[in-house]
Amino acid sequence: MTSLLEKFELNRRQLLMERSSPGRIGTTLLPLDVPESELPDSEILREELEMPELSEGDLVRYFSQISQFNFSIDHNFYPLGSCTMKYNPKLNDEVASLPGLAQIHPLQPESTVQGAIKLLWELQDRLAEITGLVGVSLAPMAGADGELAGMLMARAYHLERGDTQRKKVLIPDSAHGTNPASAAMAGFDVVSLPSDADGNTDLNAIRAAADDELAALMITLPSTLGLFDTNILEVNQIVRDAGGIVYGDGANLNAIVGRVRLGDLGFDVIHSNLHKTFTQPHGGGGPGSGPVIAGERLVDYLPLPIATRTGSDNNEYFSLGTPPKTIGRMGAFHGNFGALVRAYAYISTLGKEGIPKISEDSVINANYILSQLKGYYDLPYDRTCMHEVVFSARNLKRDHGVSALDVSKRLIDYGIHPPTMYFPLIVEEALMIEPTETESKETLDYFIEVMKTIAQEAADDPDLLHNAPHNTPNTRVDEARAARRPNLRWRRES
Amino acid sequence: MSGNDYQSPYTPNTDHDRQQMLEAIGVSSVEELFKDIPEGYTTDSLDLPPALSEPELMAYAQELAASNMVPGDYACFLGAGVYRHHIPAVVRQITGRSEFMTAYTPYQPEVSQGTLQTAYEFQTLISQLTGMEVANLGMYDGSTSMAEAALMAARITKFDRISIMDTVSPLYREVLDTYAQAPGLKIDTFTSSQTELEEGTACLIVQQPNFFGYMEDMAALSKLAHDNGALLIVSADPISLAMFKPPGDYDADIVVGEGQPMGVPPTFGGPFVGLFACKQEYIRQMPGRIVGKTVDTKDRTAYVLTLQTREQHIRRERATSNICTAVALIALMSTVYMSSNGKRGMRHVAELCYHKAHYAATLIDELPGYSVKTDETFFQEFVVECPLPPSELNEKLLDYKIIGGLDITAQVPNGMLVCATEVNTREEIERLAGALAEIGTGK
Repeated sequence: MTSLLEKFELNRRQLLMERSSPGRIGTTLLPLDVPESELPDSEILREELEMPELSEGDLVRYFSQISQFNFSIDHNFYPLGSCTMKYNPKLNDEVASLPGLAQIHPLQPESTVQGAIKLLWELQDRLAEITGLVGVSLAPMAGADGELAGMLMARAYHLERGDTQRKKVLIPDSAHGTNPASAAMAGFDVVSLPSDADGNTDLNAIRAAADDELAALMITLPSTLGLFDTNILEVNQIVRDAGGIVYGDGANLNAIVGRVRLGDLGFDVIHSNLHKTFTQPHGGGGPGSGPVIAGERLVDYLPLPIATRTGSDNNEYFSLGTPPKTIGRMGAFHGNFGALVRAYAYISTLGKEGIPKISEDSVINANYILSQLKGYYDLPYDRTCMHEVVFSARNLKRDHGVSALDVSKRLIDYGIHPPTMYFPLIVEEALMIEPTETESKETLDYFIEVMKTIAQEAADDPDLLHNAPHNTPNTRVDEARAARRPNLRWRRES
Repeated sequence: MSGNDYQSPYTPNTDHDRQQMLEAIGVSSVEELFKDIPEGYTTDSLDLPPALSEPELMAYAQELAASNMVPGDYACFLGAGVYRHHIPAVVRQITGRSEFMTAYTPYQPEVSQGTLQTAYEFQTLISQLTGMEVANLGMYDGSTSMAEAALMAARITKFDRISIMDTVSPLYREVLDTYAQAPGLKIDTFTSSQTELEEGTACLIVQQPNFFGYMEDMAALSKLAHDNGALLIVSADPISLAMFKPPGDYDADIVVGEGQPMGVPPTFGGPFVGLFACKQEYIRQMPGRIVGKTVDTKDRTAYVLTLQTREQHIRRERATSNICTAVALIALMSTVYMSSNGKRGMRHVAELCYHKAHYAATLIDELPGYSVKTDETFFQEFVVECPLPPSELNEKLLDYKIIGGLDITAQVPNGMLVCATEVNTREEIERLAGALAEIGTGK
């Protein structure tokens, strides 16, 4: 016998097709107001379509219930390193929902979408100013897409100069996985670059690698260790002297926005994750937006389209143009416009006064956490951090058999989303904590208290951590089984 | 607001808080925290407009929005890969829930079951809709799905030629060119008169309905692809699949498509969701996120990101794709759309589109000077040969509060690609026909 409580548990995880009952429908049907035409030959028509049949109310209750199985930035502190989970302003969603922006078709004649193209043009202008570079393409639809665009631009640049031997892209060992994957998609060979003892790029290693086969360096600044590479000017000079392109992964732009501009430091091309620094909501894994932004050397190779303005203030006209040596289209249209509108709204709200506060507060917040948790968790690079701090739980692992994973899962019990774990790969038992500027001192103090408590719990009762989390809809899940016997969709039981 | 009293609504800490924190850190000023920035490189001031208050920003955004001509205010007959359909209110309500909207990628399954379970629902419904065995959680848009499918076919077959029909969207073809340049894939254009593929062809890519709105003979094309040792990739419109035979029925290997028609506003081109489904045997070569069903330590059903060894954060330069952040929220929109319309509603919408487009085609075909290609089966779009250049017609149609069809002069002389879906009312369709008649005869 299944008890009522067991039934409740099973029912709430029932899938749409299992909730379906023939004849129900979740919306009204539009009437046909034109004469019916003859349908085509039944040979090409579909006989059977399996789709759920639910009433609107049942549908809403189902999705609402399972939505509450999520942590989200509106409900929880989310110090997920390198992901910049900051508060997503509500105003931005309202702006993006204006029918005059949300309902326009991407293939409308330019003369009928002047407001939309003007918005793109102004956003390009703002991003160029913020990054210190000259040309912006808003087309890439996520950070990795921006990386691919940047790498294809580097490829086109070298090919045009006849440098077909330039196949090597240097990537620090602390980099995001997207960097080597994007470089490979652009046809390059990836060479990993070690970090030195301080977490900076190893100058000897880069000097040794900077030869006439060098195509580009892909580097994240600040690095994924949360550190501002103090060798950066020299690193960029070495690469440029060797004829290479300097690519900047702007994933960590939040740390330096309004403080220092990547273009001023010698970067040739970068991308910016608008869903990180500029608050497009993450949506449980996208949409994102990853504009690619170039300096003089690569600006002609940008993907299309680029918004351009002709005429002057009272007689201006906006068009979507094609850079002279473009690498082509990254997607069918103009990038993730909805995300671009939100970023534009955010930049406009903060303006000249507010933008520099982003980096200021995010760096203060991260260093505050660093100062308070030092001694409780190992600190592999003991120096001022930027917007995030990377601790290691190796002391807890060594002394109590408690891992970074256990600490992360225990944080959930206290209502806090885990930090990024086991990344960057060069730090064992890594816990990468990025508070962002939108968290108050009170929230940070609570987090700090929880982290200290967990360190104590690791000593007192390691199993409490091994078995965490305790109050979630699911305990830890069997990932190996999911991969070994992939069950990727519902099927009717036969 | 200006000067030192600026306080952002999004950053809670005040100067008082900052002072306390700086003291706890053990520095005397915030500048000390930025000391690693090389001297002389610190930005003094950005050349940006001053901060706007909420009403000021909204007023400006409304001004920008008002200078667009908006479908809805205008009767709109544009399609060509982005289609206007009615979006039930529940779609926006559910996807607007901040539990879904402001969550991160579900790397921590214990606190992401909402996202993960809806992802599994999406994979199920897309598999059912396409008639395929499995689907992933979506790519950026339909065009990148198609390009990634071509790369996947090349990995599976180890061939380096891609054959693409000349009736596939030219915009999609451009994206394929972008993706194919670095791996050195050779792209051949295939026309319906051809009877075989070049040797060493990884795949034949077909769009159904094709770019011009017409149905291809998929059974024949499937046989041709497979007889030549190539995979069949179909780029399909999802609404059409509720009415026409799904690609699984004619043995497609990979099915891609633009998910936008299912619950997503046109949004000037994005964000959308690229549909991606394939045969089970190819899942380890699939790009993108995939969610699988498993159990937790108490043997309860749970969902989790799976087959991650294909992905960039594990495999780095040997990953199947560089994709990381995709479009989970848009996939959710499509999921709610499909479940809201359900079995009956999906078919109903498809048939309405069919009837509306055919009504429009019949009216336009009767007009002097205009000719509609009606000898082939079409779904919701068709080609009109016009007596004037379509760009001129479209300019004049604006006076009738009409955004006309797409100018496809590059493919068809004086060709206009006209789309009508269920949101185009009879009045709009008749207004279009009346306006075309007047403009065509110079009245």
